Amino acid sequence: MEIPYTVKPRPDTGIYNAKVGIWLFLASEVMLFGGLFSAYVLLRVGADEGYWPHGWLDVRLGTLNTVLLALSAITTLLAWVACKVGQFGRFKFFHACTIVLALTFLGVKMYEYHDKWIHYEIKLKDGRFADGHMIASDDTSVTIEGRYVTDEKALYDLRSQGPIPRDEIKISRSDILSMENYGPWHNTFLALYFTLTGLHALHILGGTLVIGYLWGPGSRMWKKDPERFTNRIEVSGLFWHFVDLVWIFLFPVLYLT
Amino acid sequence: MNSEIQQFPPSRHSTVSHEQEHGHSEDAHHQENAHHEPNFWQKYIFSSDHKIIGLQYGITSLAFMWLALMLMLLMRWQIAHPGKPVPIFGPVLASILGQPAAGGVISPDLYNSFGAMHGTMMIFLGIVPLAFAAFGNYVVPLMIGAPDMAFPRVNMASYQAYFLGSLVMFVSFFIPGGAAQAGWTSYSPLATSIPTHGQLFWIIGMVLLITSSLLGAVNFIATIIQLRAPGMTWMRLPFFVWAQFVTAFLLLLAFPPLEAASLMQLMDNVAHTSFFLPTGLAVGGNLAHISGGGSPLLWQHLFWFLGHPEVYVLILPAMGAVCEIIANNTRKPIWGYKSLVYSVLTIGFLSFIVWAHHMYMTGMGTKISTFFQATTMIISIPSVIILTCLFISLWGGSIRFNTPMLFALAFLPMFGIGGLTGLPLGFNLSDVHLHDTYYVIAHFHYVVAPGTIFGLFAGLYYWFPKITGRKMNEFWGRVHFVCSLIFMNIVFMPMFAQGMAGMLRRMSDGGANYSAAMNSRAGADVVGGLSDNMMSLHVWILWAAIALGIAQIPFIINLFWSIKHGEKVGDNPWQATTLEWQAPTPPPHGNFEHVPHVYRGPYEYSVPGHDTDFTPQNEPERPVGSKVSLATAH
Amino acid sequence: MSDSHPVDFKSYLQRCIFIFVGVLCAIGLMIYISYLPPHYSWAFKVALILCVASINAFLVAGFLMHLLSEKKLIYTLLVFTVFFFVGLMGLTLYAMQDFPMGTMMH
Repeated sequence: MEIPYTVKPRPDTGIYNAKVGIWLFLASEVMLFGGLFSAYVLLRVGADEGYWPHGWLDVRLGTLNTVLLALSAITTLLAWVACKVGQFGRFKFFHACTIVLALTFLGVKMYEYHDKWIHYEIKLKDGRFADGHMIASDDTSVTIEGRYVTDEKALYDLRSQGPIPRDEIKISRSDILSMENYGPWHNTFLALYFTLTGLHALHILGGTLVIGYLWGPGSRMWKKDPERFTNRIEVSGLFWHFVDLVWIFLFPVLYLT
Repeated sequence: MNSEIQQFPPSRHSTVSHEQEHGHSEDAHHQENAHHEPNFWQKYIFSSDHKIIGLQYGITSLAFMWLALMLMLLMRWQIAHPGKPVPIFGPVLASILGQPAAGGVISPDLYNSFGAMHGTMMIFLGIVPLAFAAFGNYVVPLMIGAPDMAFPRVNMASYQAYFLGSLVMFVSFFIPGGAAQAGWTSYSPLATSIPTHGQLFWIIGMVLLITSSLLGAVNFIATIIQLRAPGMTWMRLPFFVWAQFVTAFLLLLAFPPLEAASLMQLMDNVAHTSFFLPTGLAVGGNLAHISGGGSPLLWQHLFWFLGHPEVYVLILPAMGAVCEIIANNTRKPIWGYKSLVYSVLTIGFLSFIVWAHHMYMTGMGTKISTFFQATTMIISIPSVIILTCLFISLWGGSIRFNTPMLFALAFLPMFGIGGLTGLPLGFNLSDVHLHDTYYVIAHFHYVVAPGTIFGLFAGLYYWFPKITGRKMNEFWGRVHFVCSLIFMNIVFMPMFAQGMAGMLRRMSDGGANYSAAMNSRAGADVVGGLSDNMMSLHVWILWAAIALGIAQIPFIINLFWSIKHGEKVGDNPWQATTLEWQAPTPPPHGNFEHVPHVYRGPYEYSVPGHDTDFTPQNEPERPVGSKVSLATAH
Repeated sequence: MSDSHPVDFKSYLQRCIFIFVGVLCAIGLMIYISYLPPHYSWAFKVALILCVASINAFLVAGFLMHLLSEKKLIYTLLVFTVFFFVGLMGLTLYAMQDFPMGTMMH
């Protein structure tokens, strides 16, 4: 006996196996990201007054990434439609676009991570704080591009402050009480930011690998079994759209609020 | 319906004919069938056949259950005789684990490790893989008349993830600092504060195990929805399949939040975030160097969001197996099939909204406590309905008391005790007294040990002939049953008393120091001090536990011995109605020679007018003058 | 799935452009709301932004994932999933807020 309904839909459910599988998987993904979003809401609601950051992330880059993903969702759909109407060349074109868009997304994400990595908050012995991007550091001093503040709270709400000065500041190591970069350990917001976007980026990476496989070596199936191949494109597309869907919520909760 | 049948071309060869042809037409079939010439590795290690994967799961999980039992015996020794070296095993432990077991004595740290790992192994490496993955994999596709799981390679990946996860868990015993020590619940900030990498291993192991059950769950649900044989309508599914179906949904939707929580705890451990670490946390008397702002209760919520459905993941497959065995051995239709189905669906649904009854003591408010108390009480109703249906099914049957049936029958009262003693824990008022005592331990062990495990033993004895073509030895099966039943009860019954007397769980000396301190202060009747009677029960429990361990030896020997030497039986030794017994024994790759067509419900036993007392599901209706089916199918 | 009638690539392309414009509008709207002057509270802005994000998500799920023309089976699954997700988030939040009187730290 062969496994039935791998390609044709089962009459009473109207769906083929892999589509049931991917939707079940997506349901569990909803709960996975649901757990993380719950953590986000809970930790944000429980945060101390005035210590939830606003405007820490670059809205321009976030918007760029959102548009990139939205566009890739469109090309994914068109790639599937191209398969359905039997236009293999179009499929190749649209999924090539998807892959390029996805890799660009990851590139932008890497840049953003790097930007946080070299961003330091330095506690000085005179009670002030210096905050900015590291330019140079040696045994005796640290040079950052940023500003001084007297109240740590001023580092949190950047939206209400107008343009942030970016002066070159050289600080002697002997004046420094402690310094810490904007990694996930810095505060709860960044912990959430890195965890949520990191997990999302892993999904993007996984999706890109799958789509890349189906675009490259996997597309040989088109000749043998075009219907099954079209189904594969649909199923991988559903996953890709879900990843886009997650970003649609990640973007506002991390970048805009 | 006919068009459906044509979509399954009947397989050209059964395994037997396949092997015969093997000799003279090797090349002819080479391209047709990828599984033509499986070598040992392809056949048993990297197999995508649901039956082999089921067996892989079964063997691995039984091994881990045995290991977890051993851990428990060592812990019981330490509780009964704190600070005394463990006889026989002590020197072995000392040489393997070194410092934590110096001189053969189990140190409190090691006790904590064993406690955490006993729970983790029994639940995540033992019972879930055995009940869900092993039985489900082997039996469900056969029961619904499918050739395999819907996604065989995903199925293989599921086992491999499980195996890798279990390996990570196992290895963690031997790293410096030993395995995780924060209990199977791994509450933060304790889990993050203990200076050992065991917790890291635990988390990575959990992520792998969760991934494994996720893949399994997707596969099971897709299989049950898509691959039912023609005529196998939903209300003709055997109850076991329903139970597995609901279990798979619980795994699918309840596990991911724990995966999310595990990832966050991983970040807490590795990237020094503060998801679960509150501001002002002090470790070892010093302020921890963390950013703070996290919430320990968040972990508990996410954990128990899994944790409570998990209880039903443990119990439902066993209930399903028990139901099959009871119907088969009473030789009459199960009473209230529809009630069973709706009950199991209700349980599945409600189990997602009862979780915080594990958290009454965390300072939750009265309104939310009342909500969770109400849902907890409501969920006991479908459980009672299931148990009642199974009890009523016994009424008026001519019962065959074979080994599977004995275990199935014992399941009923044992699970009853376990379930009913849970009610006082579900009421938040009485839970205040009983929380975190031995009463809790006794309660959930009654559900899981003499409950679930008995159900699974019943299943093992019942389906063994399908797997091997031979029955397990009946006499030794009965010895195994009687000894297990007696010693299980001696082990767990006294714990109810101990718990009500106030004995807390997780104390490595069983409360000896604590009691001694309290009693010396104000005489024996001070609150919190435990009487000598209560303390002396530890020794009883120790010896009963050892006897329980010994009682499993006949089972292990019987299991392996019967593979080669058991009594040979045919395809349907229990005269059962469900489809797995209509397949060849052992079922070949692809399971059935022809697509089975289902005409009736799963439990048509003793149908009046039929010449045997069972009517298999795939037996066609008789043309004229045939009796109308009595079962619940429509 | 529309296996019964032939698929027209052009009409799909038009629909896609339409959806993409819709998504862009939603993104723009969210950013606009986010930069409203400070006398709108963050809670208000967050609520509005999440509403727009939901519309955006509906566009993606409904049309790109062609959920709108999907089978009942998948709906049922998703309805349950969303219910449990809401339960997880809602009850957890509620439990964290509902402390016995006089025990809140701040």
